[in-house]
Amino acid sequence: MPVMTYREALKSAMVAEMERDESVVMLGEDIGIYGGTHLITDGLFERFGPKRIIDTPIAEGGFTGAAIGMAMAGLRPIVEMMTWNFSFLAADQIIQNAAKLRYFSGGQVTVPLVIRGPNGGGVQLSAQHTHSLEGFYGHFPGLKVVSPVTPHDVKGMMLTAIRDPNPVIFLEAGALYGTKGEVPEGDFAVPFGEARVAREGRDISLIAYGRQVNMVLKIADKLAAEEGVEAEVIDLRSIRPFDEGTILESVRKTNRAVVVQEQWRYYSVASEVAALIQEQAFDHLDAPVERVSGEEVPAPYARNLEVAAFPSEQQILDAAHRALYRKV
Amino acid sequence: MATTQRAGKKQRQTEQDGLTAVAEALGFDEETLRGLYRKMVLIRLFEDAAQRTFRQGKIGGYLHVYSGQEAVATGFLAAFQEGDRAITAYRDHAHALLLGSDPKAVMAELFGRGTGLVKGKGGSMHLFDVANGLWGGYGIVGGHIPLGVGMAYAERYWGSDAVVQLYLGDGAIHNAAYHEAANLAGLWGRDGLNPTLFILENNQYGMGTSVERATAMTDLAAKFDSYAIEHEKVDGMDLVAVLACAQRVTERVRETGKPYAVEALTYRLVAHGAGDFFEKYRTKEEVRTWRERDPIGLFEQKLLAAGVADEQGLGAIRDEAKQIVDEAVRFADESPEPPLEELHTDVYADAE
Repeated sequence: MPVMTYREALKSAMVAEMERDESVVMLGEDIGIYGGTHLITDGLFERFGPKRIIDTPIAEGGFTGAAIGMAMAGLRPIVEMMTWNFSFLAADQIIQNAAKLRYFSGGQVTVPLVIRGPNGGGVQLSAQHTHSLEGFYGHFPGLKVVSPVTPHDVKGMMLTAIRDPNPVIFLEAGALYGTKGEVPEGDFAVPFGEARVAREGRDISLIAYGRQVNMVLKIADKLAAEEGVEAEVIDLRSIRPFDEGTILESVRKTNRAVVVQEQWRYYSVASEVAALIQEQAFDHLDAPVERVSGEEVPAPYARNLEVAAFPSEQQILDAAHRALYRKV
Repeated sequence: MATTQRAGKKQRQTEQDGLTAVAEALGFDEETLRGLYRKMVLIRLFEDAAQRTFRQGKIGGYLHVYSGQEAVATGFLAAFQEGDRAITAYRDHAHALLLGSDPKAVMAELFGRGTGLVKGKGGSMHLFDVANGLWGGYGIVGGHIPLGVGMAYAERYWGSDAVVQLYLGDGAIHNAAYHEAANLAGLWGRDGLNPTLFILENNQYGMGTSVERATAMTDLAAKFDSYAIEHEKVDGMDLVAVLACAQRVTERVRETGKPYAVEALTYRLVAHGAGDFFEKYRTKEEVRTWRERDPIGLFEQKLLAAGVADEQGLGAIRDEAKQIVDEAVRFADESPEPPLEELHTDVYADAE
């Protein structure tokens, strides 16, 4: 199977859909002549021209809203948020229009729109350029929200996103654009609403999404090697729709769960997972559900402070030990 | 006295010429002109009924009526062709009625009934009738403007010659959504990719804040200059003036694929909406002055002066419109609420 980077996999899905479907267009800041801040769209302007690769002024609300209008009128726009941090300027368009149009038009309007870009921190961009917005966007009915972490999934889920007749919030693991993985050739759409069991195990469920999945996988290997504990790792990857079944099935087997996320703890995805487990797998639990989250501070700049602001391997390990009632 | 009479006669003569000349230029026969009168009267009576039934508690939420502004949408939508799109904010009842929505379904929507235009899911602020070209109906001031500009891009992307009539109020023009979208319209229009006709309905107040209290640069049409969008103003109380302007500028936008803006000077003759009980922001004298230029009254005078209709004929049209509105109210009142299953439908579209 071919190996490619997260960036290449993402791009390949969009190129394939643009080749296949003339209604797919792209809008964003410096996606065209500049080649894209993160080089995701490099070369596409030359390939598809200015009518389909639309360089926009720096005005997120305006061009996101225009993309919604395009979607209403039969196009399938992909909007690049240079980073998701800028999406707050477009939040009125995303939340008040894209998410709700179908409902308040009584089903008369369809909004097949993808908004994509890098999400999350870890590269010293400090307070205004570091957010994990899964919980924020996951809150709103009418949106679909996904957060793929492997090159395989970023391609497969982008194919699904572009074909979906609804607005999709596509949160990329920005820190992982250069990571490599196996990606099948051709058309393999990964459906939304299905979590991925990234590692099978029987002793404890480690649940994460985005770049924390990779960290958790390392810890699972360590637990197995050093302590003989077989952890099951679940990559949520689809935030809305949310795959309750895979989480519950895992916890009913392992009886213990640790949920890891980069975003702040209050009103977050981990809170949702913990609530789900206590509601529907309460009798299977042998320990309280542990949450490991970002510190309740705006993201700091200094490297040591930034590292301390996000979940560490040690914190996750400690949480796993608490759930396992082990002292190490 | 004699001088005044002469002046009055002279003015009537001019207006009479205006109506005749405009009608001839537009190819409107007398029946069409009477039809336009009927439409304006229908809107006014519909809005009167909406206000009355709102006070009776039959309409929930907010209610924003169009009374006083009828000539604007009536005039511009007379230039609307099949395949064109219209999009507006929350003062949207008139646009639906003019585009051909069934008054019964519009009133039923206001009443929150399952027979409503959007199945009781949107209410007064979210009227959609996509089959007839109405793409909403939006509740956030300015928020719909980028949508209209995007739709216009899509039309030219596919090579159609459709025009998007994008209505906005004077209150919306200070919002970032307007400025960002107008900039895109001007930019894309340079390549013939943005057939947006901006129709700025300047009714002088954003809720209760007058234009003078909202901006130091009160020439609102001129705000389009920043985005290289050409513009003009029209007397939004004078249907004949609006008709002539609308026909001309719509064709221009259709031919060029470039945006254009018209500031229609108009006036809301009633309160802003629910909760605007005292209208402390304007005087009774001001409202009275504007009432003298009520668009329906003005058009009535012109029809009479031109001999297109007589008092009796106009009376018959008013009776007919009243019947339609009465029937709409009765229909809405008797319609069932939406079935509870509708609560969960239309959140997501199904994949094809």
